[in-house]
Amino acid sequence: MTASGWTIMILAVSGITALLTWCVYKVISTPGSSQHLHAQTDIDPGDQED
Amino acid sequence: MARQRERWGTRVGAILAVTGSAVGLGNFLRFPGQAAKYGGGAFMIPYIIAFIIVGLPLAWAEWALGRYGGSMGHNSVPGIFRSLTKRRSGAYIGLLGTLMPVMIYMFYVFVEAWCLSYAWDFLAGNMSALGSSAEQIKTHFEGSVGKGANGAVFSTETPRMLFFVVICFVVNFVLIYRGVSKGIEKFCNIAMPLLVVCAIIVLVRVLTLGAPVADKPDQNVINGLGAMWNTSGPDKSLMQSLSNPEVWLAATGQIFFSLSVGFGLILTYASYLKRDDDVALSSLTAAAGNGFCEIVLGGMIAIPAAFMFLGQQGVTGDSLGTFAIGFKALPNVFNQMPAGQVFGFLFFFLLFLAAVTSSLSMLQPSIALLEEGLGIGRKASVTILSFITLTGTSFVVYFSKNFAAMDTIDFWMANFFIFILATFQIILFGWIVGIDKGMAELRRGAEIHMPNILKIVLKYIAPLYLLSVFGLWCYYQLPGRFKAIITPPKDGPPVVLMSLGLILVVAAFFAIIVNLANKRWDKQEASK
Repeated sequence: MTASGWTIMILAVSGITALLTWCVYKVISTPGSSQHLHAQTDIDPGDQED
Repeated sequence: MARQRERWGTRVGAILAVTGSAVGLGNFLRFPGQAAKYGGGAFMIPYIIAFIIVGLPLAWAEWALGRYGGSMGHNSVPGIFRSLTKRRSGAYIGLLGTLMPVMIYMFYVFVEAWCLSYAWDFLAGNMSALGSSAEQIKTHFEGSVGKGANGAVFSTETPRMLFFVVICFVVNFVLIYRGVSKGIEKFCNIAMPLLVVCAIIVLVRVLTLGAPVADKPDQNVINGLGAMWNTSGPDKSLMQSLSNPEVWLAATGQIFFSLSVGFGLILTYASYLKRDDDVALSSLTAAAGNGFCEIVLGGMIAIPAAFMFLGQQGVTGDSLGTFAIGFKALPNVFNQMPAGQVFGFLFFFLLFLAAVTSSLSMLQPSIALLEEGLGIGRKASVTILSFITLTGTSFVVYFSKNFAAMDTIDFWMANFFIFILATFQIILFGWIVGIDKGMAELRRGAEIHMPNILKIVLKYIAPLYLLSVFGLWCYYQLPGRFKAIITPPKDGPPVVLMSLGLILVVAAFFAIIVNLANKRWDKQEASK
């Protein structure tokens, strides 16, 4: 593994882990997040029978 | 105390839903295949740049545009584009937003069947019976998916894979037809984090394998990581890779594919949101979760494992197959783990569930168009789509030799047309709707601050990046692609040409639907 390989790996892995950690913190610290935040999979198109 | 616990419960639920929605085949299977094909670390440089300057901004723009279009009464991509551009012709551009998910669905179901068959193989002990022979596992995979010859999946004496394809197709159809997909999605809010935990355990095992092939000490974990992250390979320097526009096209296409942006899904789903629902933090969290699964788990598991067990030829080669690398490499890892049979079953079964939730959502843009365009209900729309997708999936499964049909449709849909639609959406957001109005829409209900620098990124940098990469790719590589398409193969039918023919036929069908929809919308507008 070359030095540039190590550099890119460390930057990419630490960068994306830090971003995810910050997002999780924001979701946890946001009041009413479960009402306002939506994932693609939990949106109801309104034409489904349940 | 009870209220506090409840509050924590709902917030953790929100995190699981948002981050779990990002997990899928794109992370664990397509990403390693693309990274291996386009140069490992050299692929990661355009990939990271694309994530920052186009992937994330486009995700925000697409959520905002979809929610805005929904407030105008449209759920289909052609309807949303017609409203936002204020032109009938806008609807025809939106045709791509229904064509791409349907075409991708056609081969996605086949890969779903691979996952299900592997889950069964681990459960039944078939995979552990193959032992530690990497070559045997590779042969098992290529034999069961029909890589060697067209029609092999249909003609084997025990058409096992065909059985799993039929199961996957029927499961998808029943869930969509009966409209009960919300049940499986709620289940997946738990199942997807479990998949991530399972992947982390596999990652730890990969990183502690050392040099698993006794007589090949060079095939060790450090060199395996090198195969994924080194910026120059045995046959290409970094500059050679970066000066190839196709690497940039593929890296950007991979970002779009795994974030589910640029092909109509988010536009459609966002159109069902309330006006003040957050789209900023939701899409950022989904993108971060997706990036984590892709970079940390998808990339660090499959390619190093493929290198350690199969050597350099396991991570390079023209006929590798975009989705195939994980299926050849991972069973070796599971076979060398304590309780590997259980982990192997869990991993591939959870991946199958993740794929089902993705494939279910892929049909929603077309369902919305058929409902709006023809004025028919969900069940009639799903029936029409089932005939189309059954034909397409049968085509992909039949022409399985070297995955020619699958890889052709994947390239033109998930790398080429996704690029065109993404570019149009960025221009729509920054220039047609207008950057100030677009940003105001994005900031509506936002749970995080959206900085002004985004205006510059969305209006100038992202369109310039997309147009430059696309222009360079067209100039240098499109003629070669066309030449390869029209040149008849030395043996067998012209599968690449036939695959493009299939795309054209489905596009023509949706063009007719958009035309009918335009007439209905004209009447509705005239009667107002």
